[in-house]
Amino acid sequence: MPERAPLERIADFAEVNLGYSDQDALAEAERCLQCRDPKCSEGCPVGVDIKSFIARILEGDAAGSIEVIKERGPLPAVCGRVCPQEEQCEASCVLARTGEPVAIGRLERYVADHDLAGALEHRCRPAADEPTGRRVAVIGSGPAGLACAGELACRGHEVTVFESLHVPGGVLVYGIPEFRLPKEIVASEIEMLHQIGVKIVTDAVIGSIHTVQELLDEEGFDAAFIGIGAGLPVFLGIPGENLNGVYSSNEFLTRVNLMRAHEFPKSDTPVWRGRKVAVLGGGNVAMDAARTALRLGAEEAFLIYRRTEDEMPARREELRHARAEGVDFRMLCAPSEIVGRDGFVTGIVVTRMELGEPDSSGRRAPVCVVGSEFEIECDTVIVAIGTRPNATLGKAAPAVGLDRRGYVVTDDDGATDLPGVYAGGDIVTGSATVILAMGAGKRAARSIDGWLASRG
Amino acid sequence: MFQVIAARQLSDAVFEMTVDAPAVARKAAAGQFFILRADEHGERVPFTFSDWSADEGWIRFVFMRVGVTTHKLSHMAAGDSLADLAGPLGNATVVGGLGRVAVVGGGVGAAVAYPVARAMCAAGDRVTVILGARTAGLLILREEFEALPLEGLVIVTDDGSEGVKGLVTHPLKETCEQRAVDHVMAIGPAIMMKFCAATTREYGVPTTVSLNPIMVDGTGMCGACRVTVGGQTKFGCVDGPDFDGHLVDFEELMSRQRVYVDDERSADAEYSRGCSCRV
Ligand SMILES: Cc1cc2nc3c(=O)[nH]c(=O)nc-3n(C[C@H](O)[C@H](O)[C@H](O)COP(=O)(O)OP(=O)(O)OC[C@H]3O[C@@H](n4cnc5c(N)ncnc54)[C@H](O)[C@@H]3O)c2cc1C
Ligand SMILES: Cc1cc2nc3c(=O)[nH]c(=O)nc-3n(C[C@H](O)[C@H](O)[C@H](O)COP(=O)(O)OP(=O)(O)OC[C@H]3O[C@@H](n4cnc5c(N)ncnc54)[C@H](O)[C@@H]3O)c2cc1C
Ligand code: SF4
Ligand code: SF4
Ligand code: FES
Repeated sequence: MPERAPLERIADFAEVNLGYSDQDALAEAERCLQCRDPKCSEGCPVGVDIKSFIARILEGDAAGSIEVIKERGPLPAVCGRVCPQEEQCEASCVLARTGEPVAIGRLERYVADHDLAGALEHRCRPAADEPTGRRVAVIGSGPAGLACAGELACRGHEVTVFESLHVPGGVLVYGIPEFRLPKEIVASEIEMLHQIGVKIVTDAVIGSIHTVQELLDEEGFDAAFIGIGAGLPVFLGIPGENLNGVYSSNEFLTRVNLMRAHEFPKSDTPVWRGRKVAVLGGGNVAMDAARTALRLGAEEAFLIYRRTEDEMPARREELRHARAEGVDFRMLCAPSEIVGRDGFVTGIVVTRMELGEPDSSGRRAPVCVVGSEFEIECDTVIVAIGTRPNATLGKAAPAVGLDRRGYVVTDDDGATDLPGVYAGGDIVTGSATVILAMGAGKRAARSIDGWLASRG
Repeated sequence: MFQVIAARQLSDAVFEMTVDAPAVARKAAAGQFFILRADEHGERVPFTFSDWSADEGWIRFVFMRVGVTTHKLSHMAAGDSLADLAGPLGNATVVGGLGRVAVVGGGVGAAVAYPVARAMCAAGDRVTVILGARTAGLLILREEFEALPLEGLVIVTDDGSEGVKGLVTHPLKETCEQRAVDHVMAIGPAIMMKFCAATTREYGVPTTVSLNPIMVDGTGMCGACRVTVGGQTKFGCVDGPDFDGHLVDFEELMSRQRVYVDDERSADAEYSRGCSCRV
């Protein structure tokens, strides 16, 4: 897919990938073998009928194509951009065995963008079923909550989404940067939910204004879905972590994506603009943080990672983009201390690592090289080593059953141990992917629908 | 949008605002705070409730004009609207069963101390309030405090223009010396809370402080509000804002509060240039 040149794109926050032209899309669609037994759909967590949507592109039937996708995939313009396709649909495509798989994600994005460009009223799903008179509360407006809300509304239920931040979208708006997922796209998908009658209340912290139980007992809701994500940032617990200039990736990305700190002082929220930025971690989040730092004007942004590039959990495309933009990779280094002067970060002390014997997961575990510590100069450190269950869960649903790590326990249909209370997304699985969260939200919506029907 | 119902100036740089926010007012408790955004470009900024009415659906807070957000707020009047307001956030202050309590309120901290003292009185604690300000003109909410069933109200000003001349730590020390207090609650600038905690430590009087680190979301999502308490990192918004004053690393708190000073100064200068009020 065409993309903007690295030097050009790091000067702003506009999208890096440019999307297919009509010709490109047609040419790519022609590569699809239209297999009799398509394996691609098995690789998609929500089972999008890939073969059919590609066939519609070939027929020039964009409208038909998007309908096929939306039968299974709730927000195609989002998924086409951020799904780890190389591990999912594209990994399963037969062509992947011998060469390049069909670029399913890019085609999905192409179809969805065409659809978004059309008039809104044409984009909404066919009229919802007859109103059922049942009310469902959805807590959290990330991909899990949005997918759940959309599905419930289509089934004729009255849905209210409660979101604690001032903008709906969850990680799609506060975490994933504009240059990978333009916020307009998320806003447009949310507008579509409004059109089908979903009510979204922002600034509504569940656990503060109402508990989940109060929503059911006092506020007239018949069922509730908890989709509050795994937003609590994890820190390393090393000395110096509270120095000024040390951020969690959540804070750093939120200041920029949600609060638009890159437009300061037009926007009132500042962000510390480092010259040399160290990012700890090797996942998508770390890539996003490093690439954002470059766009804020950092001279150098580097990742510090305990293992090697092969073990980095980030998507290959993100790695490639990060490298092209000048992000430096410092592999086999483990941070042991952050040092500073007058309260501000001046450097990070790391220890060299070696890959030892494979551990239980089959990965070769990194081991410290004794006495190999050295200091790297930097003025910003961004900790991107993972998250835990959202901190508001305890107040929102104190009685819900949790696993050992504090995530909500559900059955396969998303039902928790509390009657009428369902959950899905990162708050159940731990930090995962957009499409898995959406799939979980949709599945829970179907079981909520069944549960409401069974109660007559 | 959240409509401003009333706004008034309490002293030179201190203002009070009452906002229509029924869902938040219904659950507010002493010691809790909320986060607002003044307008669509606004920063998410925390303020503590100084009062609220669950029945009438409003919340009230007192703020000092220190930067862009509080400057914007200082120009708002009844009928204007805030873009966003979310809460109540943080844990309520523990009241009741404390015995004899000295509540120390410094500067705008007095406004935060007011509902706390009121809740303590209601819960049966015997409360003495020590109010401190730089000068008489900056003393706020005095009448409100006088209307509470307090054991005592001590006024302290730096320049002696009202009440006792000196710092709040002087009457606090005396109270501790006389063994007239079982618990201290200190609310104000970090430096004041630091010295209050240092004062009471000598006498082993348990001391709670209400911390005000920089925040973004206020729900445990960002970690901007990290404070060190007893050698452990805590999140001010969800673990606090109240902490054991004897365990708080105040130096770190004060350092972290200063991280954006240069940006804040330039932003306020820029905003003031375009603002007719000439503060
Ligand atoms: C920087 C970053 C980059 C990522 N990149 C990718 C990627 O490229 N591809 C991919 O597939 N996945 C990616 N992910 C992961 C993906 O974004 C998440 O797995 C997904 O967003 C989880 O969705 P969710 O709906 O469960 O939760 P979230 O998206 O976390 O949404 C939860 C929402 O609930 C709200 N909330 C929390 N508590 C309350 C409460 N008490 N009351 C009301 N509302 C509440 C939160 O404010 C939030 O809006 C990325 C994650 C991050 C952080
Ligand atoms: C839990 C809590 C309760 C508070 N209650 C009150 C109150 O009742 N009345 C009151 O006057 N003030 C209160 N504050 C402080 C208030 O939030 C700051 O004065 C406010 O952020 C100033 O914003 P500004 O844009 O006007 O000034 P700025 O120029 O942005 O900042 C001035 C100073 O305020 C602090 N500050 C800046 N941004 C933030 C932020 N996002 N979060 C927290 N502090 C920040 C910093 O120390 C900064 O140096 C409270 C803070 C916290 C954390
Ligand atoms: S939703 Fe994601 S995994 Fe499924 S087909 Fe689309 S891009 Fe592939
Ligand atoms: S497996 Fe690949 S080639 Fe076959 S239908 Fe799916 S996308 Fe087309
Ligand atoms: S303000 Fe973000 S975690 Fe406390």
